[in-house]
Amino acid sequence: MSDTKCKSRDESGVVVTITEEWHVGKSQRAVKMLALSIGLSQVSIYSLATSVSELANNLFFHTNYGGTITLKVVRKNGRAGIEIAAADKGPGIADLDSAMLDSFTTNGGLGGGLPGVERLMDEFEIASQVGVGTWVVARKWGKCS
Amino acid sequence: MKIAILKLRGILLTSIQDDLSDQDALDFQRDVLQKITDTEFNGLVIDITAMDVVDSFMARVINDTAIQAKMLGTRVILCGMQPAVALTLIEMGRELLGVETALNIDQAFNRLEMLINEQEV
Ligand SMILES: Nc1ncnc2c1ncn2[C@@H]1O[C@H](COP(=O)(O)OP(=O)(O)O)[C@@H](O)[C@H]1O
Ligand SMILES: [Mg+2]
Repeated sequence: MSDTKCKSRDESGVVVTITEEWHVGKSQRAVKMLALSIGLSQVSIYSLATSVSELANNLFFHTNYGGTITLKVVRKNGRAGIEIAAADKGPGIADLDSAMLDSFTTNGGLGGGLPGVERLMDEFEIASQVGVGTWVVARKWGKCS
Repeated sequence: MKIAILKLRGILLTSIQDDLSDQDALDFQRDVLQKITDTEFNGLVIDITAMDVVDSFMARVINDTAIQAKMLGTRVILCGMQPAVALTLIEMGRELLGVETALNIDQAFNRLEMLINEQEV
């Protein structure tokens, strides 16, 4: 393990704007490529791609004007990982605790998306304000080689 | 229709590809159930070898299709799930784990034919 390779720093991210359904696939391909580039395991790559799919679909379904998915490589304590940040200026979520329940949905959707992302990823944070927007950051860590 | 539904030895075989829109997925569900209602099929094999991302939406579509096909008297087997996908699904689409699975199409057909023969005896 070399210190120069694994010091704490952020790299610039890839931003995918989600306003149409096909942008979801685009964001999935982007996160797979990024995760491959730092040598994450296949399970981690699928977890990331699935999480991006859930978050991007939420941008598409639960907001009027979509939002952005920002993907970047992050490094901490000698490990590399991928960070997914979803941000929008949509309606916001009135009751975050309920939104994180497996069965919760407001639009006749399926629910289980947000709690699934929380289970799949190593770190998960969500913030939202009604009338302002919603912000989700999730990270998946690999090993430093 | 984006997903081909083949008829083979009295069994319906469908292979779901990656990169489906939500509408494609719902069309798939409708088409499969329509075929089962129109003609009597004893078995349905859903092959997901080509899928690496099964999000909550796809998990639910596959699960609903399997449940509805069962209610129409058709045996359903899901096959071709990659190990890494199975691990993701444990977190994402827990209900999918209720569908009977096989390793590949060959094993799925063998299993279905066994089940159907048992039924006829
Ligand atoms: N970006 C968002 N903006 C506003 N509301 C959201 C957003 N993402 C999720 N939500 C709310 O949280 C709920 C739960 O989301 P999720 O777990 O993905 O389930 P689903 O999308 O199937 O409804 C949604 O029904 C919606 O009310
Ligand atoms: Mg959702």
